[in-house]
Amino acid sequence: MFKKIAIAAVAALTLSGGVAMAAGAEGHVENVDFSFQGPFGSFDQNQLQRGLQVYTEVCAACHGLRYVPLRTLADEGGPHLPEDQVRAYAAQFEIFDAELDDFRPRVETDPFPMSNLENAPDLSLMAKARAGFSGPYGTGINQLFKGMGGPEYIYSLLLGYTGEEKTEAGVTLYENTAFPGGWIAMAPPLYEDQLEFADGHNNSMEAVAEDVAAFLMWTAEPKMMARKQTGLVAVIFLSVLTVLLYLTNKRIWMPVKRKEKNV
Amino acid sequence: MAGIPHDHYEPKSGGEKWLHSRLPILGLIYDTIMIPTPKNLNWMWIWGIVLTFCLAMQIVTGIILVMHYTPHVDLAFASVEHIMRNVNGGHMLRYLHQNGASLFFVAVYLHIFRGLYYGSYKAPREITWIIGMLIYLLMMATAFMGYVLPWGQMSFWGATVITGLFGAIPFVGDSLQTWLLGGPAVDNATLNRFFSLHYLLPFVIAALVAVHIWAFHTTGNNNPTGVEVRRTSKEDAQKDTLPFWPYFVMKDLFALSLILVIFFAIVGFMPNYLGHPDNYIEANPLVTPSHIVPEWYFLPFYAILRAFTADVWVVMFANWITGGLIDAKFFGVLAMFGAIAVMALAPWLDTSRVRSGRYRPMFKWWFALLCVDFVVLAWVGAMPAEEPYATISLIASAYWFAYFLVILPLLGVIEKPQAAPATIEDDFKAHYGASSGAPAE
Repeated sequence: MFKKIAIAAVAALTLSGGVAMAAGAEGHVENVDFSFQGPFGSFDQNQLQRGLQVYTEVCAACHGLRYVPLRTLADEGGPHLPEDQVRAYAAQFEIFDAELDDFRPRVETDPFPMSNLENAPDLSLMAKARAGFSGPYGTGINQLFKGMGGPEYIYSLLLGYTGEEKTEAGVTLYENTAFPGGWIAMAPPLYEDQLEFADGHNNSMEAVAEDVAAFLMWTAEPKMMARKQTGLVAVIFLSVLTVLLYLTNKRIWMPVKRKEKNV
Repeated sequence: MAGIPHDHYEPKSGGEKWLHSRLPILGLIYDTIMIPTPKNLNWMWIWGIVLTFCLAMQIVTGIILVMHYTPHVDLAFASVEHIMRNVNGGHMLRYLHQNGASLFFVAVYLHIFRGLYYGSYKAPREITWIIGMLIYLLMMATAFMGYVLPWGQMSFWGATVITGLFGAIPFVGDSLQTWLLGGPAVDNATLNRFFSLHYLLPFVIAALVAVHIWAFHTTGNNNPTGVEVRRTSKEDAQKDTLPFWPYFVMKDLFALSLILVIFFAIVGFMPNYLGHPDNYIEANPLVTPSHIVPEWYFLPFYAILRAFTADVWVVMFANWITGGLIDAKFFGVLAMFGAIAVMALAPWLDTSRVRSGRYRPMFKWWFALLCVDFVVLAWVGAMPAEEPYATISLIASAYWFAYFLVILPLLGVIEKPQAAPATIEDDFKAHYGASSGAPAE
């Protein structure tokens, strides 16, 4: 009986672990099948490069990525840009150098610029700082199947504008179905045919939102590929070890248990 | 060291004799790992090894993390991101440490509930139980302070809420809170002292673990029957026991390895599942998160803390009888610490002469309800403080106290226990005896 209770308790506690994510007035988060989801999912290099373009041409006008070093754009498992492109990309932005006591173009070892607007949050970690799918009943079990919902939140937010506006204390607010509370200060950033991809990839609002959400997942978790690989190797090796230990244990106990049987 | 009669270490070679007459350390190691262990231990007796592993893993990963972490309000959050992005293997170290805390608490809760079911707390193992409760309290303190270090929003506001509890204590509360925080609010001084204590306490825990093991190596392990090992002679004792090495070491390592498969799957594939997204936002004293929740392992006691609001009659009564000294906030604090205190007092609250729940027909059901109660408390602890969760948490909290303060004392009187086997040997034989099929393990 105790065994059953114990198993049920572990299961319940593990599942209810997600409850920590339960929050009050949550917006609607659409589920998206990103390439990097699941134990074997990986970032789509082309998608990350498109996402970088969307970020640079749209988001970067106000937002920043202060924790992301520019050199990581060349990382394998990330956007994997050629090094000369990374250098050229970095040089577009200036940074104040205390040693020169002047501004200079950024190099690969510098981070992305910070936010330009005081009330535009930094986006480095946004895909991990937001979540969705806290149900059912706030237990967070849905996250086991759909993922944490961070990039989906970004996607849903970008497409969640209803077109309604209101002005409160001199600030224009826009109605958004994904934003908690329903009214957000950020004007709708995306519109149809806003930008073109060099490879002629689909540039509909949905596709663009998906690309930039994937890019922001990468900025939040740049080591995701390495982490999953380590996890997989560990799981495989430990599974083999578990089998060996099981057989060893069985072997050691066999004489003891057999002796009792023959008594 | 054990009271169970068994062979002791005999130095054989000249070198061993030389060392033994100066420092009997080999004898200590021999007696520790060769300790006679009841041979009928089931799979609920593996959590001790898991816990020892967790402590070691947290200390090792923690020490390396400290090499790259900066305990300063302006730099802490960025230094954690530095670990996640720039330190070789840093993301893995941090996720191991972060999820290691969860594994630690899963194991400790199962370890505690195993003790509650099989009566491991009863005489003569009260000291083991009390030391265990102290370890559990220190674990909670360590985990709480560790959660503050990344200096995210939940770190900051969790610290504000929890240290605020001390402010609820009459007369000395405000001074105590200021003293704990090192100032009027959670700030750099708080971060620095939490960092210092988060590094210190695990070593205190390690010392207490040694005492915990020393204590139960003196009384011997409890076992699923609750029947003691025969100590009449070495031969009798040997019929009831097997040496810890290799029988239980191998069994425990197998279980640990299986648990680590699951653990590494979580670390590798969903490391943030048990965390809170708000902690990826840097702490901001000017923005309060809409919903402040502690880590999952605190939720049951957090639910008890919040359950006793000013409109509950016990709170009103306590308030009236103490002339307003005990308000709802202080009552909640007392209830939360009381919930752990009653658990620590279980050895003296349980009046039954039968140790193991296996032979207690009524106890079994009340205990099962306690397990459900614990999970319900964890669930409502994460919910907003509104109906129906407020009522549910009040009922669940009431049952927690009722179990220890009413049910355990009463059951010993009214319950008719079943007969336990005379010896551990009998129990083992009944399990692996004449019956055909393979043992159900």
